[in-house]
Amino acid sequence: MTMRVVQSGVLSLLQDSGRQGQHRIGLSNGGPMDREAFHYCNRLLENAPASTVIEISVGGLQLKTLVDTYICLTGATMPLSINGHEKALWAVQRVCAGDIIDVGFAKSGCRSYFGVADGFTIKASFGSTATVVRENIGGLQGHSLHVGDELPCPTVTARKQYYLADRDQPRYQNTLTVRVIPGYQQRHFNRVEQRRFFGSTYRISERCDRMGYRLEGPVIACDIQGVLSEGICFGSIQLPPDGQPIVLLNDRQTIGGYPKIGAALSLDVARMTQLVPGNSVHFAPITHHTARKAVEWAQLFTLRKALQEHR
Amino acid sequence: MKLRIAGEDALMVYFGDVMNAQTSARIQAATSAIEHAMGEDLIDLVPSYASVLILYNPLRTNHVSVARRVRSALATASAPIAAEHRTIVLPVYYATEAGIDLEPLAARAGLSINTVIELHTRAEYRVYAIGFAPGFAYLGEVDERIAAPRLHTPRAVVPGGSVAIADRQTAVYPSASPGGWNLIGRCPVTMFDPNIQPCMPVSVGDTVRFEAISREHFLTLGGNLA
Repeated sequence: MTMRVVQSGVLSLLQDSGRQGQHRIGLSNGGPMDREAFHYCNRLLENAPASTVIEISVGGLQLKTLVDTYICLTGATMPLSINGHEKALWAVQRVCAGDIIDVGFAKSGCRSYFGVADGFTIKASFGSTATVVRENIGGLQGHSLHVGDELPCPTVTARKQYYLADRDQPRYQNTLTVRVIPGYQQRHFNRVEQRRFFGSTYRISERCDRMGYRLEGPVIACDIQGVLSEGICFGSIQLPPDGQPIVLLNDRQTIGGYPKIGAALSLDVARMTQLVPGNSVHFAPITHHTARKAVEWAQLFTLRKALQEHR
Repeated sequence: MKLRIAGEDALMVYFGDVMNAQTSARIQAATSAIEHAMGEDLIDLVPSYASVLILYNPLRTNHVSVARRVRSALATASAPIAAEHRTIVLPVYYATEAGIDLEPLAARAGLSINTVIELHTRAEYRVYAIGFAPGFAYLGEVDERIAAPRLHTPRAVVPGGSVAIADRQTAVYPSASPGGWNLIGRCPVTMFDPNIQPCMPVSVGDTVRFEAISREHFLTLGGNLA
């Protein structure tokens, strides 16, 4: 029982919640760039929280389902249609064997999550199905979806048709404030440089991918060229010698030696990955304590948002 | 030892700021001590030359508790445990057709190609860290006469199996990837295979030696010059 890829789109990747505990052999995490949209996709379908879905970047995916099941598309506003009939996002939809599912190009945001009831049935490698193309690991033999790929998924004949009310859906903007926990290498950036970093607007460059988002804007000077190579955590903001910040993401290298000005808050990084080249960000410093509280409140709010049901 | 907040759910432990075998041995002992002390609260650990990055589960614990446990674990595990000492010999075909920077590196160092090969094969290297890409082992230190800075502009593709030098580090690229190190030869041994256990022939703390082999031997061992 499968869905067949008719058009693969710009970049479509099978992703579960990500690979953990494998940094010591050099494997990165992979997993969904926008955890919030990924979470809702599986929650609306009543799946296990880490179930495998397709992360669609920019859009253009077309599938033919060979099974009767339910689907859900969350995240960026990519128009969804089934056999040419437009369908709502953030809502569970029924599909039957033979149906053609079309996901168009994003109008706002740039990543969406396409899930099926009970998730795609993909063999895990190193404990996860997350595709990391650079490492050739996860998904289907480590590569992005190609035309003709068959994605196994079970037949499901009954599922509640939950949806997320319009007022509860995120709105993706063109600008964003990213909160940053200033890092332990701060002392290598003098006050003027720190003020410049937190007082400027940075543009998302063309070189933004799942490893990192490179930004363009005022140059930030550092009094060292690099540090002895060390582990890099999610959201770290590196400053290579050209002084242009890089926010490191899911597919980042595990070890590196460029100085870091801080680490971005995971909630804001998720929103940042919905930005496209030309959009802009601004950084705001917060304490570690404030960061923890922000994450805890966000979790509570997410869990308390009630799902609606079509009957 | 210094503890620093690295992110919302990450702590960095520093054991010094230089690369040496003694620090590396302490880090090895610390890595297993931290693992033991943290149990299920640990998500991942990234040991490197002089530091260990600790990623913890923020739903189960917080940085204060992690810092306390790390300090007490390291107090009792401060004496490096004599880890089992493995030596791995990796065959290398040193030639311009296998490593495009071999000649320029020798010329810049004012040495013959044979001397470069001899210096690279004579030393014993310690595996200091694994990272960057799956199975990429950072080895140190190369003889300072053949140390060479990274390329100004990294190459878009370095062939898999390439043996390379950057400053006083050396490594084998496990698979084709971008890279800015100086390429001096090619190793036919698979450095990362996700389908076998263990998936790497080396681990942190091991000793690695390189052995020069002929073109024919390299090809017999399954080497690829493409």
